[in-house]
Amino acid sequence: MKYQTQKIALGYFAVALALFAVQVSMGLILGWTYVSPNFLSDILPFNIGRMLHTNSLVVWLLLGFFGAAYYLVPEESEREIHSPTLAWLQLAIFVLGTAGVVVTYLFNLFDGSWLMGNEGREFLEQPRWVKVGIVVAALIFLYNITMTVLAGKKTAITNILLLGLWALALLFLFAFYNPGNLALDKMYWWYVVHLWVEGTWELVMASILAFLMLKLTGVDREVVEKWLYVIAALALFSGILGTGHHYFWIGTPGYWQWIGSIFSSFEVVPFFTMMSFAFVMVWKGRRDHPNKAALLWSLGCATLAFFGAGVWGFLHTLHGVNYYTHGTQITAAHGHLAFYGAYVCLNLAIITYAMPHLRGRDPYNQVLNMASFWLMSGGVVFMTFTLTFAGTVQTHLQRVNGEYFMDVQDQLWIFYAMRFGSGVAVVLGALLFIYSVAFPRREVVTPGPLESGRLEHDPDHVAAE
Amino acid sequence: MSDAPRSLPASSQTVPTREEETKSHDEHPPGQLPGELLMWVLILSEIAVFGAGLLAFLSVRLTDPQGFAEAQAHLHRTGAAANTIVLVTSGWLAALATRAAEAGQTRRLRLLLVPAILLGAVFLVLKGSEYADLFAQGIGTETHAFYTFSFLLTGFHAAHVLAGMVLLAVVGWLGTPKAVETGAAFWHMVDLVWVLLFPVVYLL
Repeated sequence: MKYQTQKIALGYFAVALALFAVQVSMGLILGWTYVSPNFLSDILPFNIGRMLHTNSLVVWLLLGFFGAAYYLVPEESEREIHSPTLAWLQLAIFVLGTAGVVVTYLFNLFDGSWLMGNEGREFLEQPRWVKVGIVVAALIFLYNITMTVLAGKKTAITNILLLGLWALALLFLFAFYNPGNLALDKMYWWYVVHLWVEGTWELVMASILAFLMLKLTGVDREVVEKWLYVIAALALFSGILGTGHHYFWIGTPGYWQWIGSIFSSFEVVPFFTMMSFAFVMVWKGRRDHPNKAALLWSLGCATLAFFGAGVWGFLHTLHGVNYYTHGTQITAAHGHLAFYGAYVCLNLAIITYAMPHLRGRDPYNQVLNMASFWLMSGGVVFMTFTLTFAGTVQTHLQRVNGEYFMDVQDQLWIFYAMRFGSGVAVVLGALLFIYSVAFPRREVVTPGPLESGRLEHDPDHVAAE
Repeated sequence: MSDAPRSLPASSQTVPTREEETKSHDEHPPGQLPGELLMWVLILSEIAVFGAGLLAFLSVRLTDPQGFAEAQAHLHRTGAAANTIVLVTSGWLAALATRAAEAGQTRRLRLLLVPAILLGAVFLVLKGSEYADLFAQGIGTETHAFYTFSFLLTGFHAAHVLAGMVLLAVVGWLGTPKAVETGAAFWHMVDLVWVLLFPVVYLL
């Protein structure tokens, strides 16, 4: 760690990982509800649990992005963060807001209140005071990071990261606009939801991935930057009008079906490019970085994002297909692998990379960390397959044969049971990951004969920092 | 992507003359794309998207050839043919401007880009009069699948003409060979897309 203020990232990563644990545990509860539908129905209705599952996901991913920014911006800009105090204040606001959401919803407080009550809009359910808090925290963050970057060195990585984060924050303002017309409500709602995950977040993802590749493979910055700009351009080109794939059946004009189908089909391209980027950098790279686990997460991120967001997204993005699959378990399959691959793995990659530096230790417990990658990824991939099969069967029975929703759900039980099993693997993997980065064995691993030989003879071989 | 080579003549026109070789040799060494890399990413993306749109159009037409033919009869074929000449001429002027830019003739390149931009405006006026006529007849994007596509494809294209006019103005103002080359490359893409749209949407 070259700059003291990079330490701020540790606080963000810690809160993010705690919420990660909450998120996957809640997922496990929901998974069991699919197996046994009356489970906890009196104290934790499905819609509340589902909200906690998705909202804690979004919040921890965002906290991870913020942490990543606080970690990598000083290193890229070659100077300390403008104001560490503001960074901690920002984190405090986020923690307070998150706690506020959870408490408000679990106990159904302030129902109907304009300021304090929930808004009932999927993913944007937060009470208004929390939304204001999010905006204030985002402004603090943008001010802090932008001042740091402006005063220091400007690189492609910080440019794209800032572009992504600024657009992310500005788009959130649409969360305040809630027209009475349901079609319009949904139309603007996607400005936040779609343009986040298939627009601005992709920019954040590309820049963090570029940072990791730069550090882990030692490829020239110029090469990394060229890729980064191309990926960012491709993501925006396909992603912005790709929003149209949410406008098929909400009451918007029919031409959206073609705009959405065509542009969103091309959304696979930036994800494919990111995957190619990661692998080409590793092949070209001369640096043999000791943090193998961070490299595994980075490559896993690019690969699983391509399959989850790219391939599984394309699976149901054409409106002719989506007419049948809309809102079935196909969507759930895509959602799980896309979020896991693109954003969960990305956060875990930067956390795996940064933690040894932040805690001033050698990359430790690589084996446990890598085991957690395979356990978690295996679990999510298995879950994706069970849900894809469930969705295929569901589409046929319900949408083609016209059977009743609940009758079909009964017939999907076996898939839900298998999904629950994969969920157990994911939760165990998540706990193992947290353990491996948070509670290291306090011993220093002495390099074996192979590693010491490399250190002596290979000038490009970097020892643990 | 059989249409990709069509954009090559545009760039090969811009091979620097010998006296300019020294001046702009670092702009695009042999074997590298002229102009800005990101512009080529954009051009390829645009061609892919318009190509996909045309393919979708042709596929849907198979389901209702009769209805598509009847709907097509309402379009302004003569105006579209005139627009083809307008746009190709404009592209030619932009290509000449690239040469002027490489030769360092800033005044000449601007004198060439101004009519190129004005021809873009002529294109939009002709296009606009067709749209106005169709709207007056009560025809909109939802009237028939043919119009959904024709409005989408030509509407998107018209938006690119407008963007291209702005871009040509900007690169004319900058006046550097690389900028003019980048702007002209975009303008040729707008040309190329129209040359593909015109036969498919208006004539077939």
